[in-house]
Amino acid sequence: MAFLEISGLRKRYHNLEVLKGIDLELEKGGFLVLVGPSGCGKSTLLNTIAGLEAFSEGEIRIDGEVVNQLRPSKRDIAMVFQSYALYPNMTVAQNIGFGMEMRGVPKPQREAAIQRVAGMLQISHLLGRRPSQLSGGQRQRVAMGRALVRDPRVFLFDEPLSNLDAKLRVDMRTEIKKLHAATGKTIVYVTHDQVEAMTLGTKIAVLKEGALQQVGTPAEVYNRPANLFVADFMGSPAMNLLPAQVTGSNGTAALTVARDGGAPIVLRIPPSVAAARLAPGQPVILGIRPEAITDPAGADRNSPWIDVQEAHVEIVEPAGSDTYVVTRAADKEVIARMRADAEVRPGSRIPFAFDLAKAVLFDPGSGQRLA
Amino acid sequence: MRADATAVGPGGGGALGRAFIYGLLLVFAVIFLMPLFVMLVTSFKTLDEVHNGNMLALPQHWTIAPWLDAWGRACVGLSCNGIAGYFGNSIEMVVPAVAVSTLLGAVNGYVLTKWRFPGHKLVFGLMLFGCFIPFQAVLIPMARVLGLLGIGNSILGLILTHIVYGLGFTTLFFRNYYEAFPTELVRAAQIDGAGFWQIFRRILLPASGPIIIVTVIFQFTNIWNDFLFGSSFTSGANVPMTVALNNLVNTSTGVRQYNVDMAAAIIAAGPTLLVYIVAGRYFVRGLMAGAVKG
Repeated sequence: MAFLEISGLRKRYHNLEVLKGIDLELEKGGFLVLVGPSGCGKSTLLNTIAGLEAFSEGEIRIDGEVVNQLRPSKRDIAMVFQSYALYPNMTVAQNIGFGMEMRGVPKPQREAAIQRVAGMLQISHLLGRRPSQLSGGQRQRVAMGRALVRDPRVFLFDEPLSNLDAKLRVDMRTEIKKLHAATGKTIVYVTHDQVEAMTLGTKIAVLKEGALQQVGTPAEVYNRPANLFVADFMGSPAMNLLPAQVTGSNGTAALTVARDGGAPIVLRIPPSVAAARLAPGQPVILGIRPEAITDPAGADRNSPWIDVQEAHVEIVEPAGSDTYVVTRAADKEVIARMRADAEVRPGSRIPFAFDLAKAVLFDPGSGQRLA
Repeated sequence: MRADATAVGPGGGGALGRAFIYGLLLVFAVIFLMPLFVMLVTSFKTLDEVHNGNMLALPQHWTIAPWLDAWGRACVGLSCNGIAGYFGNSIEMVVPAVAVSTLLGAVNGYVLTKWRFPGHKLVFGLMLFGCFIPFQAVLIPMARVLGLLGIGNSILGLILTHIVYGLGFTTLFFRNYYEAFPTELVRAAQIDGAGFWQIFRRILLPASGPIIIVTVIFQFTNIWNDFLFGSSFTSGANVPMTVALNNLVNTSTGVRQYNVDMAAAIIAAGPTLLVYIVAGRYFVRGLMAGAVKG
């Protein structure tokens, strides 16, 4: 049985449904990332798990126990807030110890626990300071210390890194990952940053407008997005989504991507799709990530699904480690990710290698991925 | 700010312009301070000097007799024990009334921002409405209530009246202040296991210094200076300072003792002046705190 189970969770404000029947499970020690654009309901979902917001229907179980009616303090959870929510009138030590104080833990025990956690997070020298005297990264550590010291069943993180600058964010991300590895705690983590979701999660749940779009491992969500929204949301630069048409049938079926003033790009049907189920003339949307379109020399030699097509180079964007090459098909920009030293000039015509093993097809009507 | 003003004044301000501005300010300051000056010098003069001398002149024979008279011997109505007892009445009234109305306002503001319930807007709206009701309109109903409670003509009755009528304002102050108080702190405390009162006492109150000062000054000044409720609901030995001052000045037995009246008036105004001098700078700071966060 899963450690954290959410079933049929719905939340309505008046007539507006902000959570539309969420079903989620997380095993003990798992790291679930709730990701989605702002307003998708991910923070609301986290708050209902915390018990800070009520919900209309459904059930939340932690370790088999239904916690619907339990107050936040009785759920044995700890939460790290976006603003850190450190009590401004208390020192770092008092902040970390406040939860234990409220629970009537004797002072010597409290002191010992504070010291232990402060040592783990390397904030021992800050214990006497007030939050206003700390830097952003230090506040972040104190907020995590306050959560860690209680040794709760589930940790909840509400966009904990969004207030940090870019460099610190990457550092703290690694620390959180280490912390998870070291403590083996069950974590639910909310973010709008898909990179954070990919790097941290053992499981990702993508939300949009209060509905789950896909739940899966980072690899599943990235490689086999369930629909166009997930395909577009996860990954940077985003997946190329090109309107295409199925031509021929069965053995000879192929994909045709129209091009302005030129022969169409013709590709094989990707192996992720059962070609037999596609009808001739059927419109589809081809989803292919930038790293699956390369220069032929940089393509995966072991993949039997490489199709090479020539195309006109519009823009070249060197990014240091890679070079992004922009071409155009089906009236859309197509981004290819080539080696940094690939010889590409804007305006030239070069061969592009499409790795169809990494491509997916979507139904343009429903937006769902075709299998 | 001062550095800014001297470095780069508003456009067109030369030395002459500045002299004009300061001159104008000086004139108005003199106009405003003149009555206080007259009161002060008169209170230190003998009655002879008051009657025969120049109103603006400094006393020729300084005396504190008028102050002692005002405090302990002047006649208010029929009793001639000075205003000491009435000063005590006002203190007895103002301290609990300010304390209770401020505390209740804080609790109201806490509930109206952090523990919202259906209809919270209506409740707050009604309390706001209470701020705008003219006091004259509630005299008779309030008198009836005090009568029913058996606390008519008592300091306790005045305390209750001032708490009730101050609540709208104190609630407004605290609600606006707590509106800007981060709700995540309250949530963090909830998860930490703190209850309703613990969150209030440990998290919100320690951060409420500026608004408490604003509310205390506002309430203290209003309640201390109130005349209407005092004169309507109390009489005789139970009246507060303001009413006693009026009675003192209007008691006409023999010669009018201007020097004693002035001393009594300054004593009556003393506490509010003192409160403003001690805490005044926090007052402005507190009023700003709601507008500009941090």
